[in-house]
Amino acid sequence: MNNFEPQIIAFCCFYCAYSAADLAGSMRLQYPANIRIIEMPCSGKTDERVLLEAFEQGADGVYVLGCLEGDCHFLKGNYRAKRRVNKIKKILDEIGIGGERLEMYNLSAAMGPRFAEIAREFTERIRKLGPSPVKANNCLPGAAARLENT
Amino acid sequence: MIIAESKPLAEIAALIKNARKILLVGCGGCVSVCLAGGEKETGILASELRMLRQVEGNPLETIEVTLTRQCDPEYVEMLANHLTEDIDCIVSLACGVGVQFLAERYQKWVVPALNTKFAGGTVEHGVWEERCGLCGECILYKTGGICPIIRCSKSILNGPCGGSQNGKCEINPDTPCAWQLIYDRLQALDKLDLLLELEPLKDWSQSRDGGPRKVVREDVKLD
Repeated sequence: MNNFEPQIIAFCCFYCAYSAADLAGSMRLQYPANIRIIEMPCSGKTDERVLLEAFEQGADGVYVLGCLEGDCHFLKGNYRAKRRVNKIKKILDEIGIGGERLEMYNLSAAMGPRFAEIAREFTERIRKLGPSPVKANNCLPGAAARLENT
Repeated sequence: MIIAESKPLAEIAALIKNARKILLVGCGGCVSVCLAGGEKETGILASELRMLRQVEGNPLETIEVTLTRQCDPEYVEMLANHLTEDIDCIVSLACGVGVQFLAERYQKWVVPALNTKFAGGTVEHGVWEERCGLCGECILYKTGGICPIIRCSKSILNGPCGGSQNGKCEINPDTPCAWQLIYDRLQALDKLDLLLELEPLKDWSQSRDGGPRKVVREDVKLD
């Protein structure tokens, strides 16, 4: 467990967090390499199914980064993302994975240091929680077939 | 459309607790529109169930299929290609009609993943309201397009009753009095005289009298 390095997916809004990540890089700020960034056109693109899929595919933690409240480029995307994240947190609690493995944060494109801080803070949280129970049981759903209606 | 909502995850999980492989069947009709049982919701439920069972150390295999509709035999028939011997159970994300159509057609245990609620419509994104009581004999032409059968808590035909307070129903301050709505609407349309006609007792034989109802159209039957 001491060597546990969590795999964390960060869904980042293009207009804030993705730019903040760029800024963090330009500022040469250090943050954990556990974070895998996925760019989104807006945090409002957050899809419940995709969040669940991230956990099913082995993520130990997932967070969504959206613009500061009231500053969404598309007006309400970050509020909608927050509601979906809250719903999935409850589902994760029900499943036994734990809602604390999913979080929503708000920041602006100018907040490079905050981006790095969130990455450190969340990585530390997941490190303390340990590997996702889905992964711990070592039975990832290789056989799950998804058939389209023809 | 038929409005439905998902059963709690724990309830669905209990219904399939002995199954190792399940077929989740979504419906592209009403329940897709009310975001309860379409292709996306089928995927979400499948993912939830798989992870739940993984955490329990009892893996579940799932197959997902979304039919155009589950209330028409020609679409239900399309499920035959996906239904293998090793599938222990079918989980239907349709309304109660779809669940029954699947159960009638296939010799498999079928469980519902939704609770079918009512016939209604979308009043805003994420909010659905009941609008039709399916009484079998429409009287909306007498009431300005507002149904007293389902929107009046007492289903009275000559309202309002004494429980109408400031335009709201006594059962809940958020529930508008259907007869107040009817009055306001007829007033706006200058048709208040319609209310002078006493509505006689309703013939409920068109509703649930005589068991399940059936509509037969000889002109469109194929044989």
